[in-house]
Amino acid sequence: MDGNRNNSSSIRQMIKDNKSKRSRSALTEKTMPKLFLACAIISILTTVGIVFTLLAETFTFFERVSIVEFVTNKHWFPFTGEEHADYGIIALVAGTLTVTAIAMAVAIPVGLAAAIYLSEYASAKTRKIIKPILEVLAGVPTIVYGFFALTFVTPLLKEFIPTLKIFNALSPGIVVGIMIIPMIASLSEDAMNAVPNSMREGALALGATKFEVAIKVVLPAALSGVIASFVLGISRAIGETMIVTIAGGSRPTSDINVTESIQTMTAYIVQVSQGDAGFGTTIYYSIYAVGMTLFLFTLIMNLLAQFISRRFREEY
Amino acid sequence: MMEVTINHKNVKKENVKKENVQDAPAAFKVNNLNLWYGQDHALKDIKFDIPEKQVTAIIGPSGCGKSTFIKTLNRMVEMVPIVRMSGEIIYRDRNIFDSKYSVEELRTQVGMVFQKPNPFPKSIYENIAYGPKIHGIKNKKVLDEVVEKSLRGAAIWDEVKDRLHENAFGLSGGQQQRICIARCLAIEPDVILMDEPTSALDPISTLKVEELVQELKKEYSIVIVTHNMQQAARISDRTAFFLNGEVVEYTDTSTLFSNPSDKRTEDYITGRFG
Repeated sequence: MDGNRNNSSSIRQMIKDNKSKRSRSALTEKTMPKLFLACAIISILTTVGIVFTLLAETFTFFERVSIVEFVTNKHWFPFTGEEHADYGIIALVAGTLTVTAIAMAVAIPVGLAAAIYLSEYASAKTRKIIKPILEVLAGVPTIVYGFFALTFVTPLLKEFIPTLKIFNALSPGIVVGIMIIPMIASLSEDAMNAVPNSMREGALALGATKFEVAIKVVLPAALSGVIASFVLGISRAIGETMIVTIAGGSRPTSDINVTESIQTMTAYIVQVSQGDAGFGTTIYYSIYAVGMTLFLFTLIMNLLAQFISRRFREEY
Repeated sequence: MMEVTINHKNVKKENVKKENVQDAPAAFKVNNLNLWYGQDHALKDIKFDIPEKQVTAIIGPSGCGKSTFIKTLNRMVEMVPIVRMSGEIIYRDRNIFDSKYSVEELRTQVGMVFQKPNPFPKSIYENIAYGPKIHGIKNKKVLDEVVEKSLRGAAIWDEVKDRLHENAFGLSGGQQQRICIARCLAIEPDVILMDEPTSALDPISTLKVEELVQELKKEYSIVIVTHNMQQAARISDRTAFFLNGEVVEYTDTSTLFSNPSDKRTEDYITGRFG
């Protein structure tokens, strides 16, 4: 008892002694929040700056090309001289949406099945091994995926589809899908894992099989998170650049044929940015209009994802 | 001390109708059941017959194995990965561990109500219709009838009949628990296992569930785990006292509470430990 008391009183003494030294830390307490605030403001200002530049240059573009033509013309031929140029975003949007649709056709079933396996069937040990591997896959640089599409997937597909062009929509679409699988698997697994075990028990006790529990109880309960992961995946596919630039080609068209070469909005911006057009030309300004369109697409998708996960959050 | 005296009175009043307890045919016959969680020997040589169409209560201090035992009866205990078992549990002349006897079939006959109400995040209607649906009943008219019958059976029809398509999570805890009982009744089981069904409920909801159990035993065999001795005395026909994974005493509820044969049972029911 005595020893204890001595100990505690000496700790008390040490704290007291240290307190006097801590007066200078008051300065840190005051300045650090300001520094943190400054950092937060920098990131907001950057975003505002980007959106502002985008808007300003887009505005310049629409002084030269009418917005009606931009959204209704089916052709995108900017390189045929100022008078003959066609600026119809539909052709680029069609390319983007084709790739996105193929990607989601690959990513949603595979990603969801992987998530169901991890959440409902895998043992804790298996999950511990597989989840980090999935996350590593999500960290592979997209340029690597691009090469993978061009030098591996395209030749492989050509074995089955002889008419397949070297640059086509199918191969980058599949690879973008592969790239998104880990994201959908991981986010959906998180959502399903958050479903309380008591619900699984309730269904199992009624004689449900594991599969029925997964499909009819866990999946509906986790639906908001699962759908949010799909929407984020779509957003990611729309914004994907490197894979479609390398393996998709540069032929904007609104006639969808997945074996033919296409061009997406992102790939067009890359093409122009690489120096095909001089500063001040309509082509130069067109990339801002395309960028703006792209920005709107991904913004809507991200807002949709947020809305969905908020809307259905209180289910359990 | 007060409480115990009250118990005895209650029990004596009901003595008469419990005469035939021993003669009732058994729904479950448990022989030499041993269960381990890893190295932990949780159930030791359990021998236990569960009579049909009666209420069998299992009491005992926390960690005595009462919940583990009830969960072996519908094999829910196997959700714990490290569990090992030996012995046999005969349900209606079939060993439930027989490889030809699927757990799904067993659980269709042996339903369960859990400690915490666990409705699905669906409408009240969908909650009740879930069981029949997974077992292939799709006819809308049949389902409507099952839902009404089950909700009536769980004494909650009048409270929810006008809001069948609202989310079950909007109900109070006591109502949710009766929804879970109705969900269990919807597949017309033979035995209902109840794992401390009132421990998360307020006294009035508890009373309603207890009254319900009295109703249900006319058609179902009920096994109820409870840490509330008064509850066991009020609603059960037979009571087992579990301690450290063993059945210390298992007899008529009236005998167990008025004239326990084992010193440990007496100590427990008079509140000396537990």
